[in-house]
Amino acid sequence: MTPRQRRMVMVGAVIAGVAVAAFLGLTAFQKNLLYFYTPSQVSNGEAPKGYPFRVGGLVVQGSVKRMDGVDVKFDVTDGAATVPVTYSGILPDLFREGQGIISIGQMNEQGTFVASEVLAKHDENYMPPEVGDALKKTGQMPINYKDFQK
Amino acid sequence: MTAELGHIALIMAFMMALLQAGFPLAGAQQGVPVWMAIAKPAARAQFLFLLTAFVCLEISFIQNDFSVTYVATNSNSSLPTYYRIAAVWGAHEGSMLLWATILGLWTFAVTLFSRSLSDEMLARVLGVMGLVSIGIQLFILTTSNPFERIVPAPPEGNDLNPLLQDFGMTIHPPMLYMGYVGLSVAFSFAIAALLGGSLDSAWARWSRPWTLVAWIFLTFGIVVGSWWAYYELGWGGWWFWDPVENASFMPWLVATALIHSLAVTEKRGAFKTWTVLLAIFAFSLSLLGTFLVRSGVLTSVHAFASDPARGLFILIFLAVVVGGSLTLYALRAPTVKDSAHYTLFSKENLLLVNNILLVVAAASVLLGTLYPLLLDALGLGKISVGPPYFTAVFAPVMAPIFLLAGMAPMVPWRQGDIKALVKRVAYVFEASLVLGIVLVVTLLDRSDFVTMAGLSMALWLVGSAGLSLYSRVKLRANFWDGLRAQSPSVYGMTLAHLGAAVFLVGVVISNHYSQEKTVKLAPGESVELGPYAFRFQGVKDVVGPNYRAKEGSFQVLKGDSVIAELAPQKRNYKVQRNTMTEAAISPGLLRDLYVAMGEPLDKGAWSVRVYYKPFMRWVWLGGLFMMAGGALAVSDRRYRLMGRRAEASEGAGVVAAS
Amino acid sequence: MRMRFVIPLGVFVIMVVFLGIGLKLDPREVPSPFIGKPAPAFSLPQVASPERTFGDANLKGQVSLFNVWASWCVSCRQEHPFLMQLSKAKVIPIYGLNYKDERDAALGWLEQFGNPYLTSAFDADGRVGINWGVYGVPETFVVDKKGVIRYKQTGPITEQVWTETLFPLIQKLQAEEVGA
Repeated sequence: MTPRQRRMVMVGAVIAGVAVAAFLGLTAFQKNLLYFYTPSQVSNGEAPKGYPFRVGGLVVQGSVKRMDGVDVKFDVTDGAATVPVTYSGILPDLFREGQGIISIGQMNEQGTFVASEVLAKHDENYMPPEVGDALKKTGQMPINYKDFQK
Repeated sequence: MTAELGHIALIMAFMMALLQAGFPLAGAQQGVPVWMAIAKPAARAQFLFLLTAFVCLEISFIQNDFSVTYVATNSNSSLPTYYRIAAVWGAHEGSMLLWATILGLWTFAVTLFSRSLSDEMLARVLGVMGLVSIGIQLFILTTSNPFERIVPAPPEGNDLNPLLQDFGMTIHPPMLYMGYVGLSVAFSFAIAALLGGSLDSAWARWSRPWTLVAWIFLTFGIVVGSWWAYYELGWGGWWFWDPVENASFMPWLVATALIHSLAVTEKRGAFKTWTVLLAIFAFSLSLLGTFLVRSGVLTSVHAFASDPARGLFILIFLAVVVGGSLTLYALRAPTVKDSAHYTLFSKENLLLVNNILLVVAAASVLLGTLYPLLLDALGLGKISVGPPYFTAVFAPVMAPIFLLAGMAPMVPWRQGDIKALVKRVAYVFEASLVLGIVLVVTLLDRSDFVTMAGLSMALWLVGSAGLSLYSRVKLRANFWDGLRAQSPSVYGMTLAHLGAAVFLVGVVISNHYSQEKTVKLAPGESVELGPYAFRFQGVKDVVGPNYRAKEGSFQVLKGDSVIAELAPQKRNYKVQRNTMTEAAISPGLLRDLYVAMGEPLDKGAWSVRVYYKPFMRWVWLGGLFMMAGGALAVSDRRYRLMGRRAEASEGAGVVAAS
Repeated sequence: MRMRFVIPLGVFVIMVVFLGIGLKLDPREVPSPFIGKPAPAFSLPQVASPERTFGDANLKGQVSLFNVWASWCVSCRQEHPFLMQLSKAKVIPIYGLNYKDERDAALGWLEQFGNPYLTSAFDADGRVGINWGVYGVPETFVVDKKGVIRYKQTGPITEQVWTETLFPLIQKLQAEEVGA
């Protein structure tokens, strides 16, 4: 094989590889982006219906109600609007009333946010990023999606 | 005093780095031997000063010197000594010092094992490493000084983040940094070769063992990090695709490609420019990882970037190092000629395809990691990219890599015979396909396509590695002679590929057959999960050195016999006012049983999460196999011979000079 | 110089541009719905003298800083010397919201490090903080003469934040006419 042919094969392989990856990447992206909305945006109807997104805010004092077993209900507010949330499972270590949280899930017909995951913020003490990075992994920071694939 | 001494040592190290970079690089360019000779002593002195600085910080931590801001924010007198030592790299300033010290260590190692290098090459390599040192130390000195004092000194420290008070987390950062920074050696060799215009196979032979050792550390760092996440975070997950993890995974993928590409360049003199580019990429991604983690550009809605100056500094540093290298590459690469000839179906080309796939995999991780930033920068909204993206992109790219890893070892250099190969591997291929399907259908209660494909692929890797080794051994009349005649690097490669198979088995089985339940349990109640029953026996109070905990007691039963006693904890750290979940795990080669406690509910009941995870250990076992394979390859005689030959030629040089 | 060898450099340059923009952006910036709205009403006991109260009415009439702090907060300690400087310079009145704290601890903190606040309101259970949309500590609100929240600084006030953002804004607000 001449050097020229060889180069053509190399270039062809690179282009094919990149094209396939780009295609996979783009189709995957369409489905897998999670947008962030505030409770105000949600109550204005800006949040998507029928697919998941993230909503963040503070847990309203006195709104946390335990149902039977491990089901929980609470309200999330940004001060201007409030969104009711239901969740089934173990809340993160730092979940408390008055805390900032992020939850991932969808709106149901009744206008309740059904969370598949709840992530609580570390504490009220603003911290340097490296602590944040570590905390994020514990589910105390809103970046992980471990339950989300199920 | 100790802190000031450390600070002075750091400044001295910086001076040495200036010497180590300036004179040797200029000397190599101008051909002044005296200037070039400065490289070695300067590099050694630099390491000594860095070590001093590092030890000073350690002493400050061990002695609870809370007048040092960094100690005060990351330690506490009730923190056990072991964690006080590890707390040095518990946050930003200290981990940057660790980074710099490890770079010093690698530089020092290069001065020790460099006898085979020409003076000019050595001067350039050390000079480039010195430039990197200058950047990182300037960063520490100007924006992240760990020796800063706080006046008045607080009586007590703020304690180390409880998450980091754990064995896995104490060794994870040093190992990861050994890997990251170790890639700077291959990078420096590549830049030195580009500068000197001597891009030959000797350069590849020098780079190979260094790259392998760095890769081993990087692998170990990632394995430990994943293991830590698994037991410490209480979710049963072992990889989350978050930006911090991706930052370590991208250099690993490129370094893996680099190892393979270096083999081609060394043995065949092909792909020279590509290999150089990979060496630049691998270290660039390490730097990028540092930037992403340290600057806070990718941290989430509530984490806090304390100082934008740091991010800006690292970005400029990144731009200079990577931009400079790529410019040099653009200028010099066109003059490099590949001498090798090979056909379309040859080991060279199979390895090239492997390389491209690995780089594409790394690029797709990069895209997923930076995409939120991209959209935010374009004002298109705040988004995050979750694991579904990564799994969707990753699996299809990795599958052909595994397929190739089975084939390539059996294809000769230059020219392969595709028909002969197909004939040889057909049985192995069919057998692994059938066996994979049969195993899934008979042994596992649920069959799905991904598991079948994964298992078949793993069996294919094992079968083809065996076949490849067998056909090499068969060349000798006696089987044992044949085994003994194989070089360590052949065994290393085989072991590493087996590691990939073991890893793959762990991933597919633990992903698809794990079970978990979240339930409310009162004392005396139990929950069933597969063949196991977890019985909750109650909670007692436990006091640790710097925390109080509620410790649950669980019995795991299979049938009527108790097979494990588990004691998960819910800890409350006094100083940081943090609650932490400590999961309890019963590990096993074939399955892990895992319990994590949620929160107390009414009447002594707790919410509890239980997991059954088959083949979980195989994920990390695979990583350890790969490391062992790398270690075997490094031990190969060829690299040691190289040292001796060099000694001989050095002697010859002296004779010639006298 | 052949083109294909320049491609990596080109891709990298584009990436650096985006990283640079990313550095300017604040991924943590949660749009606050309170900017431009009147300060939420409250009335709380003061930290120093529990029998007296401090409320939103006290924030009207002049441009002021309302700084959320706590004795358990590490970043507040970092911010504290700068607040002391500001209070000595008397550029702007600083009021405090002592958030989810204990009174003794808060008083001890002020005694040890100095008190930059004219008055601090004592918000033990954090209810007022929630009404103000406080996500964490420290946070600082700039309240104008009419008692309208004009800016929220998340995280500690540094010299850079002060000179680049807060001070110019405060000067502008101080120049505003109340009647306008």
